[in-house]
Amino acid sequence: MKGNGVTGNANPLRRLGALFDGARDWWEHAKVWQRYLVYLGAIVFALILPAPVIGEFMSPGSDWTTVLIYPIGTYMLLAIGLNVVVGQAGLLDLGFVAFFAIGGYSVAYFATQYGWNYWATVVFGILLAAVSGVILGAPTLRLRGDYLAIVTLGFGEIVRITANNTDEIGGARGITNVPHPPDIPGVVEFALLPAPYYYLMLIAIVLVIIFSVRLQKSRVGRAWAAIREDEDAAELMGVPTFKFKLLAFAIGATIGGLAGGIYAGKAVFIEPNTFPFILSATILAAVVLGGSGNLPGVMLGAFVIAWLPERFREVDWLKAALGGKDPAEYRILLFGGVLVLMMALRPEGLLPSRRRKAELHEGTGGMGTMGAEVPGPDTDVSTTEAAK
Amino acid sequence: MLDDFLNQFLPSTVGGLVFGSIYALVALGYTMVYGVLRLINFAHSEIFMIGTFTSLVVITAIAPASPLTGIALFGVMLLIIVLSAAISGGAAVLLELVAYRPLRRKGATRLTALISAIGASLFLQELFALVIIPWLTGKPGRNQQSAPRIVDRDTVFTIGNAAIRTDHIIVVVAAVIMMIALDRLVNKTKIGRGIRATAQDPEAAVLMGVSIDNIVRITFLLGGAMAGVAGALYLMEFENTVFNVGFVLGIKAFTAAVLGGIGNLRGALLGGIVLGLIENWGAIFLGSEWKDVIAFTVLVVVLMFRPTGILGESLQKARA
Repeated sequence: MKGNGVTGNANPLRRLGALFDGARDWWEHAKVWQRYLVYLGAIVFALILPAPVIGEFMSPGSDWTTVLIYPIGTYMLLAIGLNVVVGQAGLLDLGFVAFFAIGGYSVAYFATQYGWNYWATVVFGILLAAVSGVILGAPTLRLRGDYLAIVTLGFGEIVRITANNTDEIGGARGITNVPHPPDIPGVVEFALLPAPYYYLMLIAIVLVIIFSVRLQKSRVGRAWAAIREDEDAAELMGVPTFKFKLLAFAIGATIGGLAGGIYAGKAVFIEPNTFPFILSATILAAVVLGGSGNLPGVMLGAFVIAWLPERFREVDWLKAALGGKDPAEYRILLFGGVLVLMMALRPEGLLPSRRRKAELHEGTGGMGTMGAEVPGPDTDVSTTEAAK
Repeated sequence: MLDDFLNQFLPSTVGGLVFGSIYALVALGYTMVYGVLRLINFAHSEIFMIGTFTSLVVITAIAPASPLTGIALFGVMLLIIVLSAAISGGAAVLLELVAYRPLRRKGATRLTALISAIGASLFLQELFALVIIPWLTGKPGRNQQSAPRIVDRDTVFTIGNAAIRTDHIIVVVAAVIMMIALDRLVNKTKIGRGIRATAQDPEAAVLMGVSIDNIVRITFLLGGAMAGVAGALYLMEFENTVFNVGFVLGIKAFTAAVLGGIGNLRGALLGGIVLGLIENWGAIFLGSEWKDVIAFTVLVVVLMFRPTGILGESLQKARA
């Protein structure tokens, strides 16, 4: 791989990618004060984000603060969680929504049936999600990567169908009247107004980002990178690969559970169909689109995927072009197409980390290559060479 | 409980065999592609869905006033099977060309290819729901679409309290014929030898003059055609379909392929039948709403204890 190798290309996706690569390279060489300035700017920006002036442009059709909580904030939190599993440890999890569901159902069930305090149910939901991550991971993490993907998909469906068939937790009707978080006297009052939930979500996202970055820079993060690049080599070098993969699953599940807990506190009502497979696929699309393994990229991906359908929901010319249909209906079609295109043109995502990009171009970092990758007699040799 | 089980055992077994035959046909596509490319072709379930809709359109166009019998039935069944196989096979070849070939050229990782496959699967489902189904049927694309009945539910004979009906016999016999034909093709012909050689060692196959691109294309064509046949049989038996009919059925067919030993053609047959039976027998105890959970649990348990499946993995040693 020679440098970035993508500049000077007419392909617009690559040009956009080169722009992002430039930003990343600046960041890598930025001084400490510059970085803190950026952090400060980001936090100030996040604090004033719900302002109606911004909302008017960002989501003319619906309440901007509500959109910021779900889908934008929720998707971001989920994407950061899935990024630990997919981006950092290199394990493809297609049933991530299961942990979101477990977190959400824990809050709803224990708050309505046993009258527990909201914060207690959130903590309990997180624990339950982490435990189920370990329960799912312990028997399955010894599997090959692609088998793991299908097993996790099966797990996600098992959780959803079980919720659907169990009357104790409301069956197909779900749980209604989930209580709001209790007020903190004199500081904040959680009721129907969305703003407090936005700031709660913001605090959760900031904490999770700090946690995730610290992890990535620690021994754990290095172990994950080693596993992702070459599991056998990592094992031989004395990395207890199984333990670290299990840890990645548990941490991803924890973050998923947290997202579920916050979601349930705001939503008042949850049902099994809140947690379909398509949500797992959407979050995966966000992680991959943004640049799996790179936190700013993943957050950008989640933002784009959550925001675009909302933004174009009520745009008249687009609606007219589609024959009166809600443009948001086309979002999954678009995600599917984007996934295929991204994999063909820029598999490392819009905003990848340098390391992850190198891995993908060298064919490490994910289960090895496909079986019949050997060029045949009629293979166009120039494309094969260009990719190297 | 035990009385229930004994009472329903034989009818459930028949149902399990019918479902199992369809799982097995779809599983063949997963198994062949996995054998050659080491790729889970996640969009294979949509190839099956395309087969069901091809049959739906043909049957609706013929629109028999009453269920068919004799030579007319044979002709119509043959027609929907051939057309569904052709269209599904073509769709599978196109899928390979668009979603996988560019990646193969670049030597992309299998994780990349699997994500591309998921993208292709979502894209095809939504394309059908939003555009193609409304265009074909004139009804909202996300609704269940039902087809007119072409086979009478006549009981041909009974075993104990299980009635074996005409449609059961058609599904099982057609599936078995297709599988024998495929087995012969892979084991006895030159094309089959190319497929087995590629599965065994792609580099050596290239050196021996096998065109990998051709073999991959043929593999997708054959797998797709089998899914198309499965789609035709499914529509004839259950008389309805929907844009995401392939999702759960696809995962179960993949489970069947793994259960029998992925990459192994006869394993796919065995896996399909075993999965169909386990699922139906389990449903007697737990109720049919737990069927999917039973199938997914089987998948997890098989992968935990015998990830190479019952017969072991190998397309190259399909004879075993």
